[in-house]
Amino acid sequence: MDLGFVILVEMFYAVASLILISAGLAVVFGMMKVINLAHGEFMMMGGYATITAVNLGINVFVAMLIIAPLIVGLIGLVVERLVIRHLYGRLVDTMLATWGLSLVFIGLVTMIFGNTTTGISTPIKGFTVGSYQVNGYNFFIILVVIAVLLLMLAVLKGTRAGLIARGTMQRSDMANALGYSPDRIYMATFFCGSALSGLAGAVLAPLVGLVPTSGGAYIAKAFITVIAGGPSLVTGLFASGTFFGALSQFFTFAISPVIGEVALLIGAVFLLRLLPQGITSKFFKGKL
Amino acid sequence: MTVNRRTFLGGTAALTATAAFLPTVTLAGDTIKLGSILDTSGVFDAYGKPMDMAMRLAVSEINAAGGLLGKQVEVKAYDTQSDMALYSQYGQQLTRQDEVDVVHGGILSASREAIRQTMRKTNTPYFYNVLYEGGVCDRNIFINGVTPAQQVEALVPYAMGKSGKKVYVLAADYNYGQIMARWIEKFVKENGGEIVGLDFFPLDVADFGSTIAKIQTAAPDLVIAPLVGGAHLSFFRQWAAAGMKDRIPLASTTMGVGNEHKVLTPEEGNGIMVAYNYSQELDTPANNAFKERWAAAYGDSNSIHELAVSNYQGVLTWAEGVRQAGSLDREALFTALESGLSIDGPAGKVTVDPKTHHAILDVHLMEIENQGMKVIETLPQRQPVDTQSVCDLSANPDDNTQYEIDI
Repeated sequence: MDLGFVILVEMFYAVASLILISAGLAVVFGMMKVINLAHGEFMMMGGYATITAVNLGINVFVAMLIIAPLIVGLIGLVVERLVIRHLYGRLVDTMLATWGLSLVFIGLVTMIFGNTTTGISTPIKGFTVGSYQVNGYNFFIILVVIAVLLLMLAVLKGTRAGLIARGTMQRSDMANALGYSPDRIYMATFFCGSALSGLAGAVLAPLVGLVPTSGGAYIAKAFITVIAGGPSLVTGLFASGTFFGALSQFFTFAISPVIGEVALLIGAVFLLRLLPQGITSKFFKGKL
Repeated sequence: MTVNRRTFLGGTAALTATAAFLPTVTLAGDTIKLGSILDTSGVFDAYGKPMDMAMRLAVSEINAAGGLLGKQVEVKAYDTQSDMALYSQYGQQLTRQDEVDVVHGGILSASREAIRQTMRKTNTPYFYNVLYEGGVCDRNIFINGVTPAQQVEALVPYAMGKSGKKVYVLAADYNYGQIMARWIEKFVKENGGEIVGLDFFPLDVADFGSTIAKIQTAAPDLVIAPLVGGAHLSFFRQWAAAGMKDRIPLASTTMGVGNEHKVLTPEEGNGIMVAYNYSQELDTPANNAFKERWAAAYGDSNSIHELAVSNYQGVLTWAEGVRQAGSLDREALFTALESGLSIDGPAGKVTVDPKTHHAILDVHLMEIENQGMKVIETLPQRQPVDTQSVCDLSANPDDNTQYEIDI
């Protein structure tokens, strides 16, 4: 019984962390069609922003939930103005440019913080379930992810800004003809995507030892989740995150963590063979 | 000697090229070339950077004292960027292009095996100065890191004595972790314990949530973790975050060799049991003097760690060998090193074991306390008996195997 609960928590946590690391990419790649290979580095910078802020004496939750997304969002803004805006619609070129950016970011962060492992402790204590100890921070991550998904849904579906953004991503020429500036809208959307990546890095920072090259560990999973999710942004993210998270955790508990990772990748291969356009091209069609 | 047009042109071109690209190069024969091959960037740089600093400190001290055989020692260093593929490339470059007189380096066991055969084929003496899983039997290599018999054999009974008989092992998934896990199993069984769980993790795994739940299902008395690199450090953090640290004691064969205990907070690190050759907290005249020299060269002595000291002692051992041999000749050097040569390093006396080319050295049982390693017990001059039991280079000089332990 206790074990069942612990496994359930780990399952939810795995799903949540997959969604968390993919949310920013879902906006930048899923919506804007920019293959952002620097996504992992945006996350890494979110982590460093949090650690720096905490070391300066700022409350860890403020640092994670407000400061890190803002800082990474602003970095994203600069990157968008200087590099990305010249490359919209040129899929392969964005890939090359953002790969270069990722190397630049790794280099810069190495210069500033040094190439050593840094980190902060988790702000939430573990607690006991029957005879088991559970990491209390897992619940915090699950809550953050629920909030992020609801927020994305609310903004995209409920606000005029979300509607305009979605419209611009589909037909920027029409949006332009209707009097909206696609340039501005792309800029704002990229800011939001970067901020989400920063948030993900920040929230995960207390769980890992952070090095400037940490971003590389997330990039593959983030792309798999977003691509397998398909055209619907939030639903796709949720669906593929749940599928992969549950799959890998099942095999992790049943066999070993390595097999869990393998299962995730094999699952992705099968899924994309059966549903090349992603889960939401067939199920939950038309949802956001 | 006749100079035809072709040799003249070739020679001039080579000279010009050399002068253009390497303005400080001196003519061959004026210096002794020491090749160094380490990960000074990337995920393993926490190990490699201080090792590089230690090597350079040792070389500058040798040079300041007049060099070796009246020549200065010149460093040829390559950064392998934590990429195993670069080891074979730079290994070739060091031996065939730079034609160095000795190579020090390699960090992960995978990297050692990537270059060991190149060194052997080109007759370049190779010093691997890192604690490792033991068993390498090759006359061309000298190893001064602690092996399982020196480390695990001491650590396991101590840790089990403080906890209990049921042990769970979490190891890195490559040759080091795989072989270490078997050594741990052997010593746990010899001490009347049992292994209740064993998991291997690729080097980039950073999420240990499910593993921590699994460990609790197995309910061990002790967890031993030969985990490697920055990503695996997350385990110790997540273990503490889940509140497990005060419930099940932890021991590790690698934690702290790259100063990981200084990254963890005291709450996360305190109480982890380890056993190494070196600790910054060793209060000996040799270590205090070493820390002062290091601080004079690099500002402060915080970055010194086990592997850095091993690398420093490796360079000293080689230098002493060259001095006693009176030449750079490989056979003369090996004969000198095999004569039971020893040096006094920051971590005490280190003697080359002639039969195995491993080291006889002091091992300290320690516990992490407030980001330092508190010495609990010192085990003086331990022999590498694991490798000695399978390897005898004086009887069998052509051996070229890494013996693995059978259970």
